Amino acid sequence: MPGILVFGELNQDALASVTGELIAVARSLAAETGDDVAVALQSSSIGDAAQEAISLGADAVYRVESPMLGEPQIDAHLAAFEQVCVHVQPHVVLVGRTPMGRDVGPRLAFRLGAAVAQDCLEVAIDPDTGRVSATRPVYGGNAMARVSFAGDGAQVVVVRPKTFEPLEADASRKGEVTDFPVDIDESAIKVRLVETVTEQSEGVRLEDAGIVVAGGRGLGGPDPFETLQELCQVLGGALGASRAACDAGWIDHSHQVGLTGKTITPDLYITVGISGASQHMAGCSASKNIVAINRDADANIFKSAAYGVVGDWNKALPSFIETVRELRDS
Amino acid sequence: MPLNIVVCAKQVVDPETPASAFRIDEDSKRVVPAAGIPPVVNGFDENAVEAALQLKESVGANVTVISVGSGFVMDVMKKPLSMGADELALVDDPRVTDLDAFATAVALAEAIKKVGDFDLVLCGRQASDWDNAMVPLGVAEILGLPCVTLAQKIEAREDGGITVHRALTDGYEVVNANLPALVTVSNELGEPRYPTLRGIMAAGRKSPTVWSASDLGLDESTLAPKLNLDDLFIPVSDRRCEMIEGEDDADAGRNLALKLREARLI
Ligand SMILES: Cc1cc2nc3c(=O)[nH]c(=O)nc-3n(C[C@H](O)[C@H](O)[C@H](O)COP(=O)(O)OP(=O)(O)OC[C@H]3O[C@@H](n4cnc5c(N)ncnc54)[C@H](O)[C@@H]3O)c2cc1C
Ligand SMILES: Nc1ncnc2c1ncn2[C@@H]1O[C@H](COP(=O)(O)O)[C@@H](O)[C@H]1O
Repeated sequence: MPGILVFGELNQDALASVTGELIAVARSLAAETGDDVAVALQSSSIGDAAQEAISLGADAVYRVESPMLGEPQIDAHLAAFEQVCVHVQPHVVLVGRTPMGRDVGPRLAFRLGAAVAQDCLEVAIDPDTGRVSATRPVYGGNAMARVSFAGDGAQVVVVRPKTFEPLEADASRKGEVTDFPVDIDESAIKVRLVETVTEQSEGVRLEDAGIVVAGGRGLGGPDPFETLQELCQVLGGALGASRAACDAGWIDHSHQVGLTGKTITPDLYITVGISGASQHMAGCSASKNIVAINRDADANIFKSAAYGVVGDWNKALPSFIETVRELRDS
Repeated sequence: MPLNIVVCAKQVVDPETPASAFRIDEDSKRVVPAAGIPPVVNGFDENAVEAALQLKESVGANVTVISVGSGFVMDVMKKPLSMGADELALVDDPRVTDLDAFATAVALAEAIKKVGDFDLVLCGRQASDWDNAMVPLGVAEILGLPCVTLAQKIEAREDGGITVHRALTDGYEVVNANLPALVTVSNELGEPRYPTLRGIMAAGRKSPTVWSASDLGLDESTLAPKLNLDDLFIPVSDRRCEMIEGEDDADAGRNLALKLREARLI
């Protein structure tokens, strides 16, 4: 049986990018332990995703098809994945810290009596013990903790998405695809999904944007966000915000960047009136270039910024936008 | 019938401690609280208290706050009482470690059972020290409760169930569950209320129930950590910020745009 099992996720019929990333992590662990890597794919219809998983590095795929797995119904997916785990008995389980995985991973661990490490950025095998060692941000990103699994039980590792690169797809790779029928008892579904309400923000998605412009408490109210929105339009960027600005009701929470908001990875991240608290930086530190306009020269944001203006945005922002416009038009 | 609500609240190092004052003791692998900055009730747990108090107002509830830890600062831990919660129970025992969530979840589950009849367990979405977001999931699994995470709104329905709006990154999800259930609360629920003077006076007169791990029947194997903390360190950033200047702020703004063009970023 494969010793490393990945909780696979699908986007419609295709493999979700996080699953490719997890397979790459699994392969790097397998290079040390010699284990086979399996992926469980759970949905009402799985399509070609099994082959995709194999081409990205899986040795085996369990196709878990059930009409109850069509929706992001956490209880159903957890029950199904628990059955796969009980059958496979892996010693490492990899789960992405996604809306589904962040609940499924820890709940599975508690069911199996296994240890779990949350939100890991680095995952390796300790050569002395053969156990998993992982590095994860704690205290809102102020600190990093390196943890290792004690004892000898199963190890559940919840990995932060967009941290690892998937392997190059190789269509000629071979692997074993097994249909894994599950029997999900109705009584396992304790939370019923009634409806999903999507708040569409117009324009580029924050997570995909190459340029993000964000405002914080220093903007002082909702109106300046309209000015930032104009700048977004000129630059073809997306609008972000700090939690303080969202909590104040100046802008919707769907714009929040940070530990408990969105993780962004733009080439250019322009912040205005954001202090750069570690919990904010947790969502944007992978930005290639951070720019800060802040009147406090000691603000933490300048520690991560490539370019900064120490000054009042009321004065600096209009001339900045005007110049950006001129440069664009010329 | 009023609801019996348990809120799980943790005492944590103030997460708003400025990064410059954030220190780690490398030998003990612990965060050293900055001088003069007292601990706080975990922010999301105050959101959970707020959710409980809103239910108390709408359908009637008895609200018990439970905390597991050690080195409790009573003025801090009484804040939920001064906001309007009814009772406080502390599991005060340094043997319950919190890195891996396991022992804490078992301790909370046992304490919740000891409190007695409950309809709803409310937790914060995550504690701002280890940022685990795991303890509530463990409590729900141990107690066999329906588990709903990231609530931004909780309604008690006439039929005895609850309807919860779960905050998603782009919108929200509406789910139903029967009681008893466990729900974790996110900041989207809204700012927690401030303690009133009357609340503070009433809280001053209340004394918490205090248990040790042994009172809850926790044995050594339950308390044994499942994760080792091998290292705890402050990440270093090697980024250097180029400060853009000008005759005045407006000029600096102009120069910033020119600089970004020069660097081919816009
Ligand atoms: C568990 C937890 C999770 C969290 N998750 C997140 C998260 O996901 N995202 C997030 O953003 N935060 C998060 N936070 C909150 C975070 O700790 C900070 O409180 C928040 O990021 C501060 O937002 P801010 O920078 O807008 O406000 P402040 O920290 O108040 O900063 C405002 C800045 O504006 C500047 N300013 C004021 N006026 C002007 C002016 N006229 N011109 C120029 N500059 C000006 C000030 O100098 C200051 O630096 C979380 C906190 C906790 C505890
Ligand atoms: N020691 C504790 N005492 C009481 N509640 C806790 C404790 N640890 C965690 N919790 C609850 O579980 C939530 C998530 O915590 P965590 O899993 O540690 O991130 C917190 O917001 C609290 O509601």
